[in-house]
Amino acid sequence: MTSVKAKTLRIDGGASAAVVPDTAPPVYKRRRKPLTFDKVSFFVVFLGLPLAIYLLFVIWPFIQAFGYSLTDWSGFSPDQNFIGLENYRKLFTDDIFMKAMGNNILLVICLPIITIILSLVLATLVTVGGSSKGQIKGLRNSSFYRVVSFFPYTIPAIAIGIMWGQIYDPSGGLLNGILTSLGMDQFKSYAWLGDKNTAMIATMFVIVWGFIGFYMVLFVAGIKGIPAELFEAARIDGAGRFRTAVSITIPLIRDNIQTAYIYMGILALDAFVYMAALNSGGGPDNSTLVMSQQLFFTAFTKGQFGLASAMGVVLAVATLIFSGLVFLVNRLTGGDKDVSL
Amino acid sequence: MTTKIASQEMKSLHFNPRKPATTPGDKVVGAVSHTALTIWSLIVILPLLWTFMSSFKTSSEIFASPFALPSQWRFDNYVKAWTEAGIGSYFLNSVIVVGSALVIVMVLGAMCAYVLARYVFFGSKAIYYLMLAGLTFPIFLAMVPLFFVMKRIGLLNTLPGLTLVYVGFALPFTVFFLFSFFKSLPHEITEAAALDGAGEWRTFFQVMLPMAKPGLASVAIFNFLGLWNQFLIPVAINAAGPRVLSQGLAAFAGQMGYAVDFGALFAAVTVTVVPVLIVYVIFQRQLQGSVSQGTSK
Repeated sequence: MTSVKAKTLRIDGGASAAVVPDTAPPVYKRRRKPLTFDKVSFFVVFLGLPLAIYLLFVIWPFIQAFGYSLTDWSGFSPDQNFIGLENYRKLFTDDIFMKAMGNNILLVICLPIITIILSLVLATLVTVGGSSKGQIKGLRNSSFYRVVSFFPYTIPAIAIGIMWGQIYDPSGGLLNGILTSLGMDQFKSYAWLGDKNTAMIATMFVIVWGFIGFYMVLFVAGIKGIPAELFEAARIDGAGRFRTAVSITIPLIRDNIQTAYIYMGILALDAFVYMAALNSGGGPDNSTLVMSQQLFFTAFTKGQFGLASAMGVVLAVATLIFSGLVFLVNRLTGGDKDVSL
Repeated sequence: MTTKIASQEMKSLHFNPRKPATTPGDKVVGAVSHTALTIWSLIVILPLLWTFMSSFKTSSEIFASPFALPSQWRFDNYVKAWTEAGIGSYFLNSVIVVGSALVIVMVLGAMCAYVLARYVFFGSKAIYYLMLAGLTFPIFLAMVPLFFVMKRIGLLNTLPGLTLVYVGFALPFTVFFLFSFFKSLPHEITEAAALDGAGEWRTFFQVMLPMAKPGLASVAIFNFLGLWNQFLIPVAINAAGPRVLSQGLAAFAGQMGYAVDFGALFAAVTVTVVPVLIVYVIFQRQLQGSVSQGTSK
């Protein structure tokens, strides 16, 4: 959708550029007015003020983090020795941190794929899943499903974590209650978050639960932006539902999918809130420990700010590599050229 | 735009006097789809209902049976959570911090986006990309230094400090979203305002800002959800300050591991969830619309 807009805009721009003759620049020059108080105060307040806040609270800390990561600063003493890449060496030989990184990589691969596939299916059903005769429309009562699906996204993540922590509770939790009442007695006091085989899967499910609705709404918006004639044309050509989804819907909302993949991946590289709420200690055998938890612990409990900053830099680099990979894969598979309406 | 209008015309042309018959295949697909969607809806709703129901139970009732209705619908858990656990004051702190951060970030973000979108000057592109960078970098990287920035300017563990940081981190998204909005407003209007003698300030507040209302509304909703949910920032730079809701809830749950008052915990979660859910159900139409606006621009 975005690229469609961009293209029309470009055409407009080209047309007007052709109409405006070369004499345009001098006209602008003559029009330029001297700086007035109105103009100066306008720029100071409108640009200066937001930028000042942004630079002080966002950009400056980001830059500082790189500096701190090269020191052995403990935060509360004035000693701050430059130790080069020693912190990074320490991190990459630290088994626990590497385990945390492995868990993050697992999350970054699984979470976006599961979330996007499920939300795409749901979005397709509520937009074009209806009758194969007549107008293109979604299933009946689909707006109900759409509203309900979005519920979890509005709930604060920490509340989601606490709630699911209770649902997974071995003795009084909802999940084991349901399973035992269905006759599966082996789950009578099964600790979903306490067993290293299920802790990560149970945690992933909670995160997916929280985000499907949001991406579903995003994809619904994308699909609604596709002209209905395209779907009708495909139908006349005899394409089934699956074929329509694969050959029309997905290619045309490709940009949305890429955005979703990147957002969800960045979330998976962080994942702090959910992990902290569900298994604050990193889970059995560190099976749900993530880098952000390790960073937080190193900085605010152990007071090793230099080392923690290095972890932050590793996280940032991982995020950049990830975004770059997504762009690259999308480009290589032809994401740039085939969206043309 | 043109495609949209065209598709609407097409739809009206496609007027069909007879209701199309549903094929048997459609019925099967429809049934399967409805089943899937119903199961999904249950997975969403059941945990919420269960939490709500458990908030009226005592701890022993919760452990006796996860399904049984509470023996009587008592509100002690809510009283306990609201007063003893301090959820009431956390709630108020959250309202104050998120409310003021929201107002400030909307005004500043709109101003910044407006200048970046409507004026070409040296460095405008660079500033725009600097804003984008703030969106992609993990917030975690900034937490440690931010702690010391706040300490140095004396705003660590204070609500105004928290508000300012919220503004800073919500700014990139706000500017990014509104940028395209202001870009799409026609230039003739600015010229007309200038001819009528309006200065830069008046043009913005009386002409441009009202025109951007739909965009502002959607950004405001997303910023509200984002800031209300914020957990890491308060935990990192407001650990010893007046707690906000998410922070207080986590602390309460942390104590809970030992002292077992699960009813009160469920009540605290319910208090956190219900207001946002109500706001969402009221505004869901605007919100769904705003997502489509945001993505199609």
